[in-house]
Amino acid sequence: MTTYDARFRIWRGDAEGGELRDFTVEVNDGEVVLDIVHRLQATQAQDLAVRWNCKAGKCGSCSAEVNGRPRLLCMTRMSTFGSGETITVTPLRAFPVIRDLVTDVSFNYAKAREVPAFVPPEGVAPGAYRMRQVDVERSQEFRKCIECFLCQDTCHVVRDHEENKPAFAGPRFLMRVAELDMHPLDAAAEAGLDRGRAAQEEHGLGLCNITKCCTEVCPEGIKITDNALIPLKERAVDRKYDPLVWLGNKIGRRSGTP
Amino acid sequence: MTQVERQQWDVVVVGAGGAGLRAAIEARERGARTAVICKSLFGKAHTVMAEGGIAASMGNVNEGDNWQVHFRDTMRGGKFLNQWRMAELHAKEAPDRVWELETWGALFDRTPDGRISQRNFGGHEYPRLAHVGDRTGLELIRTLQQKIVQLQQADFDEFGDYEARLKVFQECTVTRVLQDGGPAGGGRVAGTFCYERESGRFFVLEAPAVVLATGGIGKSFKTTSNSWEYTGDGHALALLAGAPLLNMEFVQFHPTGMVWPPSVKGILVTESVRGDGGVLRNSDGKRFMFDYVPDVFKEKYAESEAEGDRWYDDPDHNRRPPELLPRDEVARAINSEVKAGRGSPHGGVFLDVSTRMPAERIRRRLPSMYHQFKELADVDITAEPMEVGPTCHYVMGGIAVDSDTAATVGVPGLFAAGEVAGGMHGSNRLGGNSLSDLLVFGRRAGLHAAGYAREHASSPAGRPAASQARIDEAAAEALAPFHAAEGAENPYTLHQELQSTMNDLVGIIRRAGEMAQALERLADLRVRASRAGVEGHRQFNPGWHLALDLRNMLLVSECVARAALERTESRGGHTREDCPGMDRAWRPVNLLCRPVDPAPADPAADRIALVRARTDPIRPDLLALFEKEELVKYLAEEELYE
Repeated sequence: MTTYDARFRIWRGDAEGGELRDFTVEVNDGEVVLDIVHRLQATQAQDLAVRWNCKAGKCGSCSAEVNGRPRLLCMTRMSTFGSGETITVTPLRAFPVIRDLVTDVSFNYAKAREVPAFVPPEGVAPGAYRMRQVDVERSQEFRKCIECFLCQDTCHVVRDHEENKPAFAGPRFLMRVAELDMHPLDAAAEAGLDRGRAAQEEHGLGLCNITKCCTEVCPEGIKITDNALIPLKERAVDRKYDPLVWLGNKIGRRSGTP
Repeated sequence: MTQVERQQWDVVVVGAGGAGLRAAIEARERGARTAVICKSLFGKAHTVMAEGGIAASMGNVNEGDNWQVHFRDTMRGGKFLNQWRMAELHAKEAPDRVWELETWGALFDRTPDGRISQRNFGGHEYPRLAHVGDRTGLELIRTLQQKIVQLQQADFDEFGDYEARLKVFQECTVTRVLQDGGPAGGGRVAGTFCYERESGRFFVLEAPAVVLATGGIGKSFKTTSNSWEYTGDGHALALLAGAPLLNMEFVQFHPTGMVWPPSVKGILVTESVRGDGGVLRNSDGKRFMFDYVPDVFKEKYAESEAEGDRWYDDPDHNRRPPELLPRDEVARAINSEVKAGRGSPHGGVFLDVSTRMPAERIRRRLPSMYHQFKELADVDITAEPMEVGPTCHYVMGGIAVDSDTAATVGVPGLFAAGEVAGGMHGSNRLGGNSLSDLLVFGRRAGLHAAGYAREHASSPAGRPAASQARIDEAAAEALAPFHAAEGAENPYTLHQELQSTMNDLVGIIRRAGEMAQALERLADLRVRASRAGVEGHRQFNPGWHLALDLRNMLLVSECVARAALERTESRGGHTREDCPGMDRAWRPVNLLCRPVDPAPADPAADRIALVRARTDPIRPDLLALFEKEELVKYLAEEELYE
């Protein structure tokens, strides 16, 4: 086992302000950045605030920025850095700081509530749902999401534009709309809800200009832009410019699905 | 006097994992105004780490399956110590609970004819686990989370307030269940005393019914698959309120945790790896599990590799491979192989899928395992074997509850469901039976808590109320770590010492002398923990949070060590080197941990008293589901005559 001392700069502070503090700390083989933060808590900074849970990349709690890049601390291995390199850990930039590495992510929970839930098909009893594997796979990809909110943090629509937040659900929740839209048995349309149009008109899909930053930071490797956002945009556009839909709307025949 | 905000609710659910969320959904749908309080962010609970699946006898893959077969498997897995009525309800209701998830938007993997696919797992006679790749727990949590959001959306439409009837207090911790009785606890439930992690602010949720759904105790052990939240909070809250714990000696060590590198030691490697065809080998390349099939299971498992391999395609004419024995058996076998010097380089054994199926299939069936090993250990599981070893995974023991209502014993208004509740799994839990347990008994706890709250809201005696004195005591207890005198103990150090004590002295293989030593060390740690001190202030201070959690971990660890020392046999998740055999005379014996009353002032004094209780006789029609020859292996002499 090899051991060395690494230099860390960790942001400490709260809503009032704060600064980067320097630490020198022991690193062992195979460790991840979260191990180092834990060692600092146990030996140098008892009250250093960090969120974490599973330490296995499954819960999406320990999101922060390592050398300016949004990452899960538990999945960032120390071996990816040179032993002489100073590693800087800062809280997620798109959200207000609570303390140290912990930010207020309530924006995401507010957006989650704005997406209408799955609408079960009428007349299909529990246990009678039949779906083909190939048809559920598209939505399953999006349900791999661990809600680490790294995509929400990195998306430039809100990262440096606080003013866009009210109008923009962010990649995570636009992907949720796409997931429901692609669910083989979702009966939103029958209930008079057009998810594609809602994405455009209520969740700010139009603000996304497909730079794929969200896909790049996704620790689950979900192709958010290619598989969720672009198809959703295409559908919204199809609907909007479909002459039959336009005519249907005009003559009031398709009020349920405009 | 502590000025704290008080809010009134009908039902308070402590914990937002599978059991807690299912309880909250049920309580709210039954008309109770429900508050959920959880230590982490909403949707991060430990349940997300469950990988393999949800056991439910839907019979989608093998039509021979039904609740009776599932019941039998569960009782066998638990070595017949299960609270049989729970095992019965669980087997009967699990399919409905799974199908219900689909109506809330869950997307399980499918069979070719479009139904929910089911996979093989240890101890289950038929393919029974509904699953989504190897991330089933995440699907379960997300589905329940989204169902809660849907109920909140409905309330918003009706009342203009998302949280009118169902609110999640995230990143908040409960330190006491409040009661309307005297100073030593006792009396009816009146609510919970809580603090908000973000600000350190105290508040009280007043409610006549409280559901504990806080999960397990794994963070008292060094090598564990459990997350930081698993500090035995609900177990301790129940004890402190006067409710006993049941059979706490039974702790499941999952056979396959990662062993290398050290920083990931203990992280779970799903049993699906074996369910889908993975095999265990020692350093000689031998599939050693064939040497470890115990007598009670001899007729049910393959005797040769060839037969075991044929079983995957033709289960009706072949017996299953012994890699799929219940977890306690596999964990002990791995332990023995390593001890005999036939382990892998880092002290585990080899688990191999790379020679058993094509790389593409591995990546599809086991995506998180592929990812986990690639990212954390530089191992490509499609090309080389994994190294695995036992890791503390689950506690079968827990709060003693009524099987039908999930009500605790002796504390009116207190309910418990999920891992924190005892009884359901007997001495050993089968894989897949946890997620179904959460749903079946989470729903039952919510149902009965809502009913109880309704009765008490309208009773002439009025709602139970917690006195200001109780609230002041709770506040003083929570603030103590800030007032530690000179020479205060570091909570992180105490925690590490506790973990080593439990891991080394009350771990997978136990000996009387070591357990006695553990009890002494625990007494010493209690004394030191009473002097635990923290730096900084109350705002999001992890050192302070840990200092408070220590009380719970120490209390629960004492229960485990004391009960383990008392039970002089080996059964399921309790293996004693000095009492190696299963003793039928212990079959009908439950060990209850009760709080010493009144609680001693001296921290070195014992906190827990043990009481032996006889189990309820198993109902004859359920016994009739087994062959006589099999029952003879399990039941005590006198039970066979009854």
